[in-house]
Amino acid sequence: MFRAFVKKEFYHILRDKRTILILLVMPIVQIILFGFAITTEVKDTPMAILDLSKDNATRQITERLAASNYFTLVRELHNSEEVEKAFQTGSAKLVVVFSENFQENIIHTGEAAVQVIVDATDPNQASTFANYASNIINQWRMENGEWRMNQNNNSQFSTLNSQLRIVPEIKMLYNPQMKGAYNFVPGVMGLVLVLICAMMTSVSIVREKEMGTMEVLLVSPVKPIYILLAKITPYFALSIINLTTILLLSVFVLGVPIMGNLFLLILLSLLFIFVGLSLGVLISNIVETQVAAMLISAVVMMMPTMLLSGMMFPIESMPKILQWISVIPPNRWYVEGVIKLMIMGVDAKYVMKEFAILGFMAIVLMTVSLKKFNIRIER
Amino acid sequence: MENRVISTNKLTKKFGNFTAVDSISFEVEKGEIFGFLGANGAGKTTAMRMLCGLSKPTSGSGTVAGFDIAKQSEDVKKNIGYMSQKFSLYDDLKVWENLRLFGGIYGMKDKEIAEKTDTILHELGFEKERDTLVKSLPLGWKQKLAFSVSIFHEPKIVFLDEPTGGVDPAARRQFWEMIYAAVERGITVFVTTHYMDEAEYCNRVSIMVDGRIEALDTPKNLKTTFNAASMDGVFQQLARKATRGEN
Repeated sequence: MFRAFVKKEFYHILRDKRTILILLVMPIVQIILFGFAITTEVKDTPMAILDLSKDNATRQITERLAASNYFTLVRELHNSEEVEKAFQTGSAKLVVVFSENFQENIIHTGEAAVQVIVDATDPNQASTFANYASNIINQWRMENGEWRMNQNNNSQFSTLNSQLRIVPEIKMLYNPQMKGAYNFVPGVMGLVLVLICAMMTSVSIVREKEMGTMEVLLVSPVKPIYILLAKITPYFALSIINLTTILLLSVFVLGVPIMGNLFLLILLSLLFIFVGLSLGVLISNIVETQVAAMLISAVVMMMPTMLLSGMMFPIESMPKILQWISVIPPNRWYVEGVIKLMIMGVDAKYVMKEFAILGFMAIVLMTVSLKKFNIRIER
Repeated sequence: MENRVISTNKLTKKFGNFTAVDSISFEVEKGEIFGFLGANGAGKTTAMRMLCGLSKPTSGSGTVAGFDIAKQSEDVKKNIGYMSQKFSLYDDLKVWENLRLFGGIYGMKDKEIAEKTDTILHELGFEKERDTLVKSLPLGWKQKLAFSVSIFHEPKIVFLDEPTGGVDPAARRQFWEMIYAAVERGITVFVTTHYMDEAEYCNRVSIMVDGRIEALDTPKNLKTTFNAASMDGVFQQLARKATRGEN
């Protein structure tokens, strides 16, 4: 009996070409889009130099900056008025200014000033530029003996104006090349899975309500729990296919390694899939039409999922109230867990919190939706 | 006793202050075609839902196929067939897949399902449509198929909820022939309808007004009692008393 049911659900999916296309192609497109096109990587950023010293040291540093993949030397400036102009015309996003007598100062006083000016209209990017530039300068300093340097990182177009007396050595942990894909893979995984589980499941259950077939099923001796299980089985299977596709793509195409325990990663994903399916069932209990199911999934679920899960904006920099709200979307915990397991490669004990929270959500959601499902029959 | 397949005693369903079904008592005998009439909002659907075990009565009791509708709804469900007004088949399944699915739901064995499928397709003259998706069948055909599905597992009683809505007169006639054939096989038919000419085809008819059964008799007796030429006349007289609007 149960097998006949599951088979029927597969027919529904397989005979609807559009659905199957969305289900299987969407994750691939998303991963590739996010991985390649929408990248936050720093590459070939236009840089200008104002060298008031023109000595050996400044030349070496300039060469080093220009030789890196991050920056391209577009202009040499001659006076400080040109700095502002370079930013305003958009010809440079980063200007490095060496003070007069740079090398002299280093040799005699051990201190020299170099200013890194960044266009901070995009603050995240700006700080990345500044970090890279100071890293390169630091590297040069370390390789060139005991010279001490006083750096002045100054983002002129923002209020960030910190005098760094001690230049911190910044090391990019876990993602040394600051690849954008590292951030996006867990986010896309969360997005795709919640989309398939919650949206597709709720739509397919609500469709039966709309068609009137649900009533016929409820009049039959089949237990409601079987109807639900049969509904979610194919989506569970599809989620696993998608999970596999995404992982394979991210490892072999985007070059994002799986640092941690693959088994734990899969376990966490299964738990999350279960949460998504329960959400789908819950939504289907609340609404009466397919359109409503779609809208609720999209607006109520997807938006907070994308905006509050830390996928697009770092949670730490949100206002406090949004930080509190951000604990609600299950994606947040999943994405966090995936980052820890996949990219940081931590031990099991460090993801216990994520497992516990998702497990709790799964149990609560499943209980509530089953209960609601029974009430609905009662009506 | 064993001739009474449906029997209710003061069956009542309340939603808050609203009494949808108000203390109805009636009996349906084996092999009968029982017409369940009433305007929209009279409480037909709610009463039917209680009989099908979908909804628990607020008070009163009832048995269907010998089982208590409140306490033994699982057993009730095994012994009834149901066809809703939407011809609830799966559009994206083939004809035989629909039959297979519903046979499976009612716990029929694979072999039994296969044999029965052949018989039914033959009876309906649908042999060529075996592998057709239900969505490409004409409406009248879907409706016949839906009825066949509802009695596929040989239930004791079949509940038909406005089965002929939106179908042309010729197809309705053919449909009623199928109902008679089912009755011949010993299946009891409980049918709601809007068409008063169809009420004439029933052995007995009940007319619900505002949650109560206002009249219950054979069409012939009802016409005499109410001094009306047709069932439509009877219905008009009773429906005029209604104080509830349509909902």
